[in-house]
Amino acid sequence: MCYDSGRKMKRVMNLSHIRKTAVQALLLIAGAAMLCFGAWRGEAATVLSKAINLCLECVGIG
Amino acid sequence: MDNKNSCRASLLLARFRGWVQAGAALLTNLHLPNFFRGRLYQGAGKAVCVPGLNCYSCPAASGACPIGAFQAVVGSSKFRFSYYITGTLILLGVLLGRFICGFLCPFGWFQELLHKLPTKKLSTRKLRPLTYLKYAVLLVMVVLLPALTVNEVGMGDPFFCKYLCPQGVLEGAIPLSLTNAGIRAALGTLFTRKLSILLTVAVLSVVFYRPFCKWLCPLGAFYALLNKVSLFQMQVDPNKCISCGKCAKACQMDVDITKTPNHTECIRCGMCVRACPTHAVAFRYGFGNGRQNTTETTMED
Repeated sequence: MCYDSGRKMKRVMNLSHIRKTAVQALLLIAGAAMLCFGAWRGEAATVLSKAINLCLECVGIG
Repeated sequence: MDNKNSCRASLLLARFRGWVQAGAALLTNLHLPNFFRGRLYQGAGKAVCVPGLNCYSCPAASGACPIGAFQAVVGSSKFRFSYYITGTLILLGVLLGRFICGFLCPFGWFQELLHKLPTKKLSTRKLRPLTYLKYAVLLVMVVLLPALTVNEVGMGDPFFCKYLCPQGVLEGAIPLSLTNAGIRAALGTLFTRKLSILLTVAVLSVVFYRPFCKWLCPLGAFYALLNKVSLFQMQVDPNKCISCGKCAKACQMDVDITKTPNHTECIRCGMCVRACPTHAVAFRYGFGNGRQNTTETTMED
């Protein structure tokens, strides 16, 4: 009885380990894909043009 | 043996956190001579986001602030959503989680330094509902308002940067106005309002531990959402834990690490690692839940 519940618990934990690994891998792939897509459609240039000039809103001018 | 090494490495990392924070703040603001020149660094590095909350209007900033950059893209006339910044934040969130808040964010470090001032300290345990406020800030001020409230040419304001972020005043307005008379002359009501926010956060930081990180930071909110699936995790060895409660008492983010090792509020500061008398708490880096949890049941068997 105790042995069975132990094995069951182990299986559940292994499953959650696998599920978590899959979610982590999926998120990493999705993140990298989004980053590349964003850079490809020119978002990095928008970021650069904003970041190299003084942000008036950030410093509290306007 | 492996476990012993991981404990030792965790303790070392936790002990030298202040130095890591100082190093990270320096790397994020590498162009220090610009403070005296009164102008911004304008290199290509500014197209890449830094992991922490660091205003790109800081003269020394070596990269772009992810929150400011997100609003800049979303508020531009060309785009309504930023895949570039969201992708960057997902990658950083999964790779490091809120370790970024605890070790790499310059504004978090600033608040911690203020908290070291020798005054009476107050607990934030009873103010826990306020931790949800930062998710509202992220959704409303960073995502929705810049995208939806646009002018005739389709451009939106960076609401968070403009009305709430104290980092722009601390790193941008104050140093720039000291060296640049034109900027000094242009500062008006908005600056006064933002300066009062900065002063409030600074005063609160002296008595509370990291109030801005806990209650208002949208970047912390985003990383918090990914903290449970982050590769950088906390690990509690149930075989070593004696349930003394010292880790929960030491935690200034109000987390009980033994119950929820990967809590959204855990910034991986390592206070629990240092407080644990049996070295049951350690940092862990890797996919899944780690070997600890899978071997635990085998021992029970």
